[in-house]
Amino acid sequence: MEEFKKAVERNIAEYGFPVALDEKTGAMQWVDMRKLELSYLICIDNIAPFFEGMREGKLLTTKCKKCGELFFPPQKDCPNCRVSEMEWVELKKEGVLETLTVVFVRPPSFAMHDPYTVAIAKLDDGVKITAWLRGDPRKVKPGQRVRVEISRRKEGYLMYELVPIEG
Amino acid sequence: MAVAIIGVGHTKFGNRRDVNVPELAWEAMKQAFDSANVEQKDVDFFVVGTAGLWSSEAAVPPLMAEYAKLGVGSMRVEAACATGSAAIRVGYTAIESGEADVVLVLGVEKMQESTNPTVIEIIGRFGSYFWEFENFGLTFPAYYALHATAYMAKYGATEEDFARVAVKNHYYGAKNPNAQFQKEITLETALNSPYIAWPFKLYDCSPITDGAAAVVLASEEKVKEWGIEEKVWILSQGVGTGTANLSKRESFTSLKSAAFAAELAYKKAGIDIDAPYKQLDGANVHDCFTAAEIIAYEDLRFAKRGEGVELIRNEQTYIGGRIPVNLDGGLKAKGHPIGATGVSQAVEAYKQLLSKAEAGRQAEIKNGRWLTHNVGGTGHYSYVTIYSLEKR
Repeated sequence: MEEFKKAVERNIAEYGFPVALDEKTGAMQWVDMRKLELSYLICIDNIAPFFEGMREGKLLTTKCKKCGELFFPPQKDCPNCRVSEMEWVELKKEGVLETLTVVFVRPPSFAMHDPYTVAIAKLDDGVKITAWLRGDPRKVKPGQRVRVEISRRKEGYLMYELVPIEG
Repeated sequence: MAVAIIGVGHTKFGNRRDVNVPELAWEAMKQAFDSANVEQKDVDFFVVGTAGLWSSEAAVPPLMAEYAKLGVGSMRVEAACATGSAAIRVGYTAIESGEADVVLVLGVEKMQESTNPTVIEIIGRFGSYFWEFENFGLTFPAYYALHATAYMAKYGATEEDFARVAVKNHYYGAKNPNAQFQKEITLETALNSPYIAWPFKLYDCSPITDGAAAVVLASEEKVKEWGIEEKVWILSQGVGTGTANLSKRESFTSLKSAAFAAELAYKKAGIDIDAPYKQLDGANVHDCFTAAEIIAYEDLRFAKRGEGVELIRNEQTYIGGRIPVNLDGGLKAKGHPIGATGVSQAVEAYKQLLSKAEAGRQAEIKNGRWLTHNVGGTGHYSYVTIYSLEKR
């Protein structure tokens, strides 16, 4: 890739255009000069108590006051009752591991992390949660009891993760 | 109004840095027009399936209106990896409703205009962005690996079982001149490849691919008017949608939306839902990852729950088995240019049913029916389509 970039720079100077030959096909490529950086603004205002809860080490979610359905991830509206009267309830931070994977080939935006384990657990309250799993993935399998812990990640912000319960 | 495929086009899949987006698309379109024996002026509407973002050109329908001289209405559709089937659905329903008589459906993707890491980053975002990608960095192999792990735990399947799917699909890919990988592999090669997302290794994963495919769809009326003999009817199509978050799903050993789509398609086609394989000659299933093919066997009722793995162990999805699957190499060996895949499956259904497939990969056509199963995301969008030599 570095060599490719150097070839482009050289070609701009010597040939007059940002071009390079594709290694496999030998076909000439125009190497795009325009880069796009994507970073979204995502509204969390209507589920702000979820983040407030995490600050206190709690896992909160929404429950419809009318029909009683528990939603996780939390959501503003109940589609069953078509009302937005939700109460915030605290989830028990324990459950059972349903499945897991270890992500070796990571997206570039996760390059600062070592290979990580992503798991889905069913909490004792009945809802499922997707999160990273702490520890050696070879020592766990579906059916393992896990708990939810909230801690600071490498990037510095708070997030929930799953931790196997010993014994 | 019955709808038929009257012409098909398919480019070589793989690294296509030898052409740009419209040149690649035109390769498939030209073949489709030629084989259908139609002119651009005969087309009432055209649909383009392309997922994009990794490639430079976003406005592909206008681009092709300009490049190929098409002056009629168009639509661009996107349904992640089921984009191609979604494009076919638009064309199929346009004709079925009487809005159009002749529709060109194009699926095109140039994924290799971006680097592999960029493509990995983009595809990881095809689930729930905030609750899965933003904080937990799920990748596309990882979403399916979560299903593979659950399947292994529940039914005792092994990494070797998954590798058998790769061996089969490379075996047939080697016989398909349009496939990205035209090389057979051994079980050892697959098993010794590096982990991408445990339990998936490199050979469990479909590649990053450039390619285009096109079909010309026509109404029954036009088929009669033009006296078209070489055609394949769209007997039925079922569509399903899954939740964005995998954590909202009951099971990870099935894609509910795919089972739902299959049931709809079978019912509309009058196919016995308990043993559909007896009324089909073969199928193309969405093997973006090896385990996905095994789960597809079960969602499509080719095998009972938990017994899909037996089909691959006993070579029942090779030619001569219970039902041959992915005789073009599947996504695994033929390649998976996102927007083109569903259209490529339709091209394969046409070739198989009309016995035009290459030597060594042609199924025996007895029932005159072929099924395609195209899944976008991880069961986020599912399309099951049944093609037939006879109309309903």
